[in-house]
Amino acid sequence: MDHFANPRNVGEIADADGIGEVGNPVCGDIMKFFIKVDNGIITDIKFKTFGCGAAIATSSIATELARGKSIAEAQRLTNKAVAEALDGLPPVKMHCSNLAADALKAAIIDYKKKRGLDYSDIRLDDDECGGCENACAGQRH
Amino acid sequence: MKRVYLDNAATTKIDPRVLEVMVPALRDNFGNPSSIYAEARTAKKALEEARAQVAGLIGAKAGEVIFTGGGSEADNMALRGIAEAYGKKGGHIITSKVEHHAILHTCEYLQKQGFAVTYLPVDEFGLTTPEDVKQAIRPDTILISIMYANNEVGTIMPIREIGAIARERKILFHTDAVQAAGHVDIDVERDNIDLLSLTAHKIQGPKGVGALYLRKGVKLPPLIHGGGQERGFRAGTENLPGAVALGKACELAGAELEKNNAHMEKLRDYLLDGIFAKIPYVKLNGHPKMRLSNNVNVSVRYIEGEGMLLRLDMAGISASSGSACTSGSLDPSHVLLAMGLDHATAHGSLRLTLSPETSKEDIDYLLEKLPPIAEFLRVMSPVYKAEVGVCGRQELKNCAACPVGREK
Repeated sequence: MDHFANPRNVGEIADADGIGEVGNPVCGDIMKFFIKVDNGIITDIKFKTFGCGAAIATSSIATELARGKSIAEAQRLTNKAVAEALDGLPPVKMHCSNLAADALKAAIIDYKKKRGLDYSDIRLDDDECGGCENACAGQRH
Repeated sequence: MKRVYLDNAATTKIDPRVLEVMVPALRDNFGNPSSIYAEARTAKKALEEARAQVAGLIGAKAGEVIFTGGGSEADNMALRGIAEAYGKKGGHIITSKVEHHAILHTCEYLQKQGFAVTYLPVDEFGLTTPEDVKQAIRPDTILISIMYANNEVGTIMPIREIGAIARERKILFHTDAVQAAGHVDIDVERDNIDLLSLTAHKIQGPKGVGALYLRKGVKLPPLIHGGGQERGFRAGTENLPGAVALGKACELAGAELEKNNAHMEKLRDYLLDGIFAKIPYVKLNGHPKMRLSNNVNVSVRYIEGEGMLLRLDMAGISASSGSACTSGSLDPSHVLLAMGLDHATAHGSLRLTLSPETSKEDIDYLLEKLPPIAEFLRVMSPVYKAEVGVCGRQELKNCAACPVGREK
């Protein structure tokens, strides 16, 4: 509840080095992450989220977990790890509301793309979003 | 912390006058109405008085009221019972897409038993039209079940006209009046209704007791087999305290219907005007005129409803939403989707439902707390900026709650 009530790092970074967005309005959750990278380290990170309490809380804690980490470390963060950092989420919230690590990874992919770096080693936790029977498939953006 | 309860469509607080009759029924009037001695006769008399009070609210005869364990049970009893009793005559049922799950899930069950069900669409205001009902009727239609008023958006259906169509075609007509009874002037004769469901806890009564109106002559198998209670339709010793409380709640709701509606309509419109004046990009859900006196349902665009509910709760306000995240599923309200709302708008719905006890101070408190919550969530929403073109902080002048501003 703390990360929902007092979300950290809300906002945008105007000159972000990487921007990632996941989710869709049908599913009810859209997360957009902005990262600033200096010498391979995430020095600043912000997010914007349209979603339920769990979506806001997972976005907030993911930014806290990623700040100060190297890109290599940050891209290993999983949606499951984000949920665990919140001491778990109810089962129904484990689906679309827990996309935060994916949003972070999408921002890292964007960062790497812009610099011509290889990003083939980054995998989004796509399967985590199996709950949206009619919505999520193929609609990530 | 001040608490403001604005979820009366979910359940109401019990009226002290209802409690006043319920407690002696629990404490003193313990006789089994089916026995023959003095305590039993007193209990039986109280039960039949309660039955007459329920009947009085809807223009029925006392003998046409069956006490049930609530609205969902009454709905199940009506649909499954008619399907069983009249299934040989035909296998088609008509209902609407915006019914309560007590109807929709029962219809799905009946489909598995081989019945055909037509789910009528609704217009943008949530209305089922009599013309659509007429068009859907088939030679094998045995039942039309259309709710009297919608539980989410408050739209009141043209029940009298639909009932007239059913009556003309000699098709049984059931209405789920759980949200309407006590709020709308219902007359089963005038409205051509054959079966009607209602419940106590929506009208300042207790939970766990409701009633099914069953027009005399309509066949129904027993819901529960056993003794001959409730004219053989529902065996088991009657819930006398519940029935007495339901009776009193119905009597009070009927006697005070005009007064309560005038009070709630005034507050409802004040609430709506306030929301529209203080929060941009809000959509009214439901019919602007043909709606329950106690229902406000709006979509606060570009934000998700559960976030609003949680923040309202933190501010001391209880409300409801058609957001998927409050329903245990991942789809938002089936009612809002049937009305043509896109998913994002449906996810952002907020239902505020009043009671006769709701005060102007309660509404003012909501109107003080809700706008900054909407601002806070919009600032956080990527959808807001994508669709409106600016962030909530720039669009809305009061930035006190803005997390971006706070961080800077």
